[in-house]
Amino acid sequence: MEKSTRNRLLQEQAALWMMRSAAFVVFASLVAIILTIVVKGWSSLSWEMLTSTPQGGYYLGKGGGILNAIAGSVYLALGSTVLATGIGLPIALYLNVYASPSGRSVGMIRTALDVLFGVPSIVYGSFGFVLMLWVGIKVSLFAGIIVVGLLVVPIVARTMDEVLRSVRPEMKDAAFAMGATRWETAWKVVARQGLPGLGTALLMGFGRAIGDAASVMFTTGFTDHVPGSIMDPAATLPLAIFFQLSSPVPEVRERAYAAALVLTMIILILSIFGRLLVKRSSKHTI
Amino acid sequence: MGNRIFLSDPTACTAEVVAGARLLAVADRVGPDRAWRRAAMDNLMRVVVAMFAWCMPLLLLAIAIGLAVKAMPLISTTPLMDLLTSSEWRPLKGEFGFLAFIVGTVEVTLIAVLLAVPFGVLSGIYLSEHSNTATKRLAVPVLDMLGAIPSVIFGIWGVVLIVPLVRNGIAPFFGVASTGYTVLTGGLVLSVMVFPLITQVVHEVVRTVPNGLRDAGLALGATNWETTRKVVVRKALPGIWAACILGFSRAFGETIAVLMVVGNVVQIPWNPLQAGYPIPALIANNYGEMMSIPMYDSALMFAALLLLAIVLAFNLYARRVLKRMEIRAN
Repeated sequence: MEKSTRNRLLQEQAALWMMRSAAFVVFASLVAIILTIVVKGWSSLSWEMLTSTPQGGYYLGKGGGILNAIAGSVYLALGSTVLATGIGLPIALYLNVYASPSGRSVGMIRTALDVLFGVPSIVYGSFGFVLMLWVGIKVSLFAGIIVVGLLVVPIVARTMDEVLRSVRPEMKDAAFAMGATRWETAWKVVARQGLPGLGTALLMGFGRAIGDAASVMFTTGFTDHVPGSIMDPAATLPLAIFFQLSSPVPEVRERAYAAALVLTMIILILSIFGRLLVKRSSKHTI
Repeated sequence: MGNRIFLSDPTACTAEVVAGARLLAVADRVGPDRAWRRAAMDNLMRVVVAMFAWCMPLLLLAIAIGLAVKAMPLISTTPLMDLLTSSEWRPLKGEFGFLAFIVGTVEVTLIAVLLAVPFGVLSGIYLSEHSNTATKRLAVPVLDMLGAIPSVIFGIWGVVLIVPLVRNGIAPFFGVASTGYTVLTGGLVLSVMVFPLITQVVHEVVRTVPNGLRDAGLALGATNWETTRKVVVRKALPGIWAACILGFSRAFGETIAVLMVVGNVVQIPWNPLQAGYPIPALIANNYGEMMSIPMYDSALMFAALLLLAIVLAFNLYARRVLKRMEIRAN
């Protein structure tokens, strides 16, 4: 009896340490990634790097920076986030106000969103390519915004859906009881209550849009210049990293590391900002 | 007209009163003669909003049909079985056998999942069952960040850290000369990408196990770990399984990070220390040439369709398992 108790306690300790080390590995990998990017990118980061376009070609030329990619990525992410919000917010409102909660449609649409969220971005890219052939647009910022926008819709819609779901049902009941139409309830009560959460959804969408490489490869192309119009091709940070990292010229590789640091910083800031927004939101919602 | 709500103590106002007040203000402004306009707006928006929502299942269908139409020329000239089981890849001669790519994808994904599952599941259980509040408060944002880091950043990390590790550490240990760009490298990088997903889903799933079950286990004299293992995990098992499936399908379609470290040589990788060529890498690497070689575009779209079909099947299955658990939990 004595011995078996000791065994069980030993087992308990062993299991605890196993779980702790597993969690540690997960943490350590994040630290390792960020450290690698910061160490490699810090020395190549300079004012010139951020504010000039690549000189003499992005693959072989020396000098210049990554302004083309920063500008292209910001345009692309802004455009596609706006598009995704335009599509995602109505979906979230439909799921939470208009559709009957016991009906089948809610489940079907939520499942469709979840599945779309799991569709690899390279498939979106291929689909975008097929779409572009059909419609007859060339590789451009516009094509990129459409395809990346579609890629981001499931994230934005599903996050907004979760936010609006947490709005208390009494709020809706109260609005309906006062004679408000469904649209007035959706727009003036439910959406308003979820506003800070909707902000978080936007940030998440923006983060996914700015970091995705496989879908923009087919649709946005790559260029050394800052895009002048929406029909021009545009460079993006992920592709700037991907293309320039394999260059034989060390100066060009520096640009890849700098772009990686910039991209990581943007993502981390978005993530932290989104979290703060969630915290603040809980203070102001009723 | 003239509707007013008096609040004696503003801090005590309930949600209902505030919502009501807001709506009365609206009613004041619009007046009864505009009722038809409000109803019309409501009906219009009902249609608009429902249309957007139903576009989502349609988008899924559109992706599948779009890719299938482009893949048709290849499927109609070569039997499906030949495409999937032949390893002859000569685009210039019009021979498209996908076996090497399929094996490459499956191998990389399996390595990633086999590595990620123990770590992911254990840390998920740890977070929800055995960690203190401070750890949880730190872990959730960290997992969010890890999940938000773009694939290309994982790729660069793989090139800088994991490739040399495989070249100078792991390969010599097994007595193999290697460039470091191998299937194993791809699997290692991918496994870190899949960690956060598995950990998060397991964490969520284990939390849905009712507390009464834990209390019962502990009251019978079981240790914490015994309760976790024999009660909580057993109850949450379908969800943990679903988490692994979701991790698998995430890893399956991952492109850039794998492409950067896996070597991209068209061959069946007989051991993990050889270079491989997964399907997503094939599509991403060759989109530039696909319009200049006949049938090449069709072959690449077929590859994308294949990817979509597999990921879709796994995802639907996992969601179904999770949903059944949710229903049972309520």
